Amino acid sequence: MVRTLLVRGMLAGLAAAVCAWVFAYLVGEPALDGGIAYEDMLAAASGEAGGEPMVGRDVQSTVGLLVALLIYGVAIGGIFALVFAGVYGRIGRLSARATSAVLALVGYVVVVLVPFLKYPSNPPASSADDTIGLRTGTFVLMLALSIAVAVAAVAVGRRLVARFGAWNGVLLAVLGYLVVIGVIGALLPTVAETPADFPAVVLYDFRLSTLGLHVVLWAGLGLLFGALVDRRSSRRAAELAG
Amino acid sequence: MAQGATLPSSSVSLGVVPLRELAPWAVFAGVILLALLYLVGMDQGATSVFSGEMIHEFVHDGRHLLGFPCH
Ligand SMILES: [Zn+2]
Repeated sequence: MVRTLLVRGMLAGLAAAVCAWVFAYLVGEPALDGGIAYEDMLAAASGEAGGEPMVGRDVQSTVGLLVALLIYGVAIGGIFALVFAGVYGRIGRLSARATSAVLALVGYVVVVLVPFLKYPSNPPASSADDTIGLRTGTFVLMLALSIAVAVAAVAVGRRLVARFGAWNGVLLAVLGYLVVIGVIGALLPTVAETPADFPAVVLYDFRLSTLGLHVVLWAGLGLLFGALVDRRSSRRAAELAG
Repeated sequence: MAQGATLPSSSVSLGVVPLRELAPWAVFAGVILLALLYLVGMDQGATSVFSGEMIHEFVHDGRHLLGFPCH
């Protein structure tokens, strides 16, 4: 049972990653190129010839991007399936399909949107090289705390639902998550190192495309996985398999 | 976890997965899947499991666009 769910989760993640790649290539790459152009401008101004890149831009922006998204998609899809196996039938009375959709929405907010609001994505050349340790550490910490607070909110939310009913209980749990993670976000160090002359449009477009890319990926994952574990489609697959 | 361990519903198709069955999968598959996320998002950045720059360079655009810290 778990193995079946895991395989379907990873397949759904791969398919969603292909959709996300199309979006990332069409929408994200032009913004990313804006960062590369700024980088080249700085290099030209300082008279440094950029060293020969190990991987060309043409590879990075196509195959490299696809492989990165496929690995991310298969990993997120697999973890998604494991979490699904843990929550399905235990939280609320949602069908498998609806559980998958809700889980994807919650996952997008907790894993992507909330950490992004504190530590947004940055195009190339808009961060200081020597702060990579601090930026990585704080980003991972924010992500881990967001997940931990969300898990706590679900645990507390079950009791709140039992006491105050489904609507008010869920609202209170969501509110609790937002307040606690908001305080945590306010306490964590802020990273503000975008160069003053970095093009604002590039930064804006790049960050929007990060959110858009994840919307495609998580929506695709939630809907595809839901379809794969849905009772009717499972039965049809069994019939087709004989 | 006492309440609502199994909620009967007309739309429930899958059985509820017993936690005892889930636990070993969650541990082993979970570790491998998290390692994949680490590889694509962080290796050869602040920390390196593999030496060099090849992985970082190859997945570079995805790393930036997915929102992981890079350069
Ligand atoms: Zn970079």
